[in-house]
Amino acid sequence: MQIKADGRGNLQNANSLNPPELRRVASKGTAKGRKMLNYIKLIALGLITLCAMIAANYARDLAYLVHALIITLVSGGLFLWVLRGTGDEKPELPQNEYMDGVIRYGVVATAFWGVVGFLVGVFIAFQLAFPVLNFEWAEGLANFGRLRPIHTSAVIFAFGGNALLATSFYVVQRTSAARLWGGNLAWFVFWGYQLFIVLAATGYLLGGTQSKEYAEPEWYVDIWLTIVWVAYLAVFLGTIIKRKEKHIYVANWFYLGFIVTVAMLHLVNNLTIPVSIFGSKSVIVWAGVQDAMVQWWYGHNAVGFFLTAGFLGMMYYFIPKQAERPVFSYKLSIIHFWALIFLYIWAGPHHLHYTALPDWASTLGMVFSIVLWMPSWGGMINGLMTLSGAWDKLRTDPVIRMMVISVAFYGMSTFEGPMMSIRAVNALSHYTDWTIGHVHSGALGWNGMITFGALYYLVPVLWKRERLYSLSLVSWHFWLATIGIVLYAASMWVTGIMEGLMWREVDANGFLVNSFADTVAAKFPMYVVRGLGGVMYLAGALIMCANLWLTVRKAPARDASLSVAVPAE
Amino acid sequence: METYSLLREFADSWMLLFLFCVFAAVVVWVFRPGASKTYSDTADIPFRHDDAPAHDVAAQEVLK
Repeated sequence: MQIKADGRGNLQNANSLNPPELRRVASKGTAKGRKMLNYIKLIALGLITLCAMIAANYARDLAYLVHALIITLVSGGLFLWVLRGTGDEKPELPQNEYMDGVIRYGVVATAFWGVVGFLVGVFIAFQLAFPVLNFEWAEGLANFGRLRPIHTSAVIFAFGGNALLATSFYVVQRTSAARLWGGNLAWFVFWGYQLFIVLAATGYLLGGTQSKEYAEPEWYVDIWLTIVWVAYLAVFLGTIIKRKEKHIYVANWFYLGFIVTVAMLHLVNNLTIPVSIFGSKSVIVWAGVQDAMVQWWYGHNAVGFFLTAGFLGMMYYFIPKQAERPVFSYKLSIIHFWALIFLYIWAGPHHLHYTALPDWASTLGMVFSIVLWMPSWGGMINGLMTLSGAWDKLRTDPVIRMMVISVAFYGMSTFEGPMMSIRAVNALSHYTDWTIGHVHSGALGWNGMITFGALYYLVPVLWKRERLYSLSLVSWHFWLATIGIVLYAASMWVTGIMEGLMWREVDANGFLVNSFADTVAAKFPMYVVRGLGGVMYLAGALIMCANLWLTVRKAPARDASLSVAVPAE
Repeated sequence: METYSLLREFADSWMLLFLFCVFAAVVVWVFRPGASKTYSDTADIPFRHDDAPAHDVAAQEVLK
């Protein structure tokens, strides 16, 4: 048998990699093991189905009932699927290929949930402008209060989360030069995460929420997410451990920081005791201001590690790839990582200025928020300067333009955030729409745009296309999204500062001048502008979906001679 | 001393000093002599294995 390795270490086989006798000996033992594993799976799935049906029977509230039925359907369906597959010869997983199937699913899920999340966002923006859209017939299901967590969770956890799953699986394989660890565990992570999203979203609609911002899902959904997250950590870490590169590339440090920290945050902020195992209601173990502090320790680090560290992992891989040059300063990237990790975790208390939280704690949060300027801007400079010497690409490549504007928005919102955390500024900005504007310049600008850039990079690579279907459609997306964000952020600055000033305005006798309803009425034009900004952003995302779809369907296939020969099994 | 005060005092003295030293050590480590060469190699990792995992030397030995 001959195996030749070329200079770069790729396998080039001479059509005789696997002698049949050797393979048969090897597969006999594993086939038995697989059969055993299938029985265990069937028993587990059968038990889960049974328990879920019992739970549905005793359900104390609607959200719990619907969730029990969803779990019954999913585990029952999986039971049948495993049963039908038992005894089938399963092809060995090719270790000399990357596992890209799950990433392709992740890309599709990212685009899908993105559009869903943006759509709900646009709808609730218009609900605020035109309250009549809180339809009488949909009260208790589709009013603003029920839809708002669906929007936030859909864009952060469904859109952003799937983007992180897909890109982290892609990046860790390419930078470790190893296939994903754990066989089909990555598929469990993907589908398990989708189930989490569906349970969370249906729960919010039906009122199953523990009313902690960005941590709304109830106790059993939290437990499920914990299981999925441990599997995610195992797949990611396992791949890093079996890497063929000596060093762990910086993007993987950021992804790993994100996975580990989110696990910690999720566990501490969801330490709840269910009122009944047959109901969705649960009670948190923390009380009063401790609960508030834990919630915002969680909440701000969800921003810091989910929406920042993870997406910086994307930045450190996809910007160098798209610009075709290594990151500007690798040293800076390491300092960026450790500074971010050391500082972000302390910034949470700035959400609780002027509350029952002791002053020293909120001052601590404020100081660390301001110190965060430095790593944030260090990272931004690192991302932008990666283009030094290739700035002309900004003119010719709309994908790199998208990535650059995302880093620019990262810089802007990480400048604005620390400023708003200063107690005196916070006195004006807190509880106003300024906060909403700040969040959206970060989320739409930084997270959205870097994700779009990564999707535009990934789709031609994953579906083996030569190029994107249309670059001018990417330009359309770029301008629609950018103008949309500008409209959004600018209108929220105006309305936020306006309502902040109106709330504090007192007359000569010390009486408040404006009632709350006065501020609501004054905000109407800005709410309409914000809604239009959202429509433009959504339109851009729809154009992206069409472009990506056409890339898969219509763009010319990548030249066959370029693809690496993979030994036939 | 109650647990809160004890932990609080430890956190804003020794632990703070320790974490600061770890961070300072990272910065010093990054600028150690010879780091530039290592890091320029590490920074090139994304450009090496786009299409397939690196060839597994151990597997090659077995199949021979």
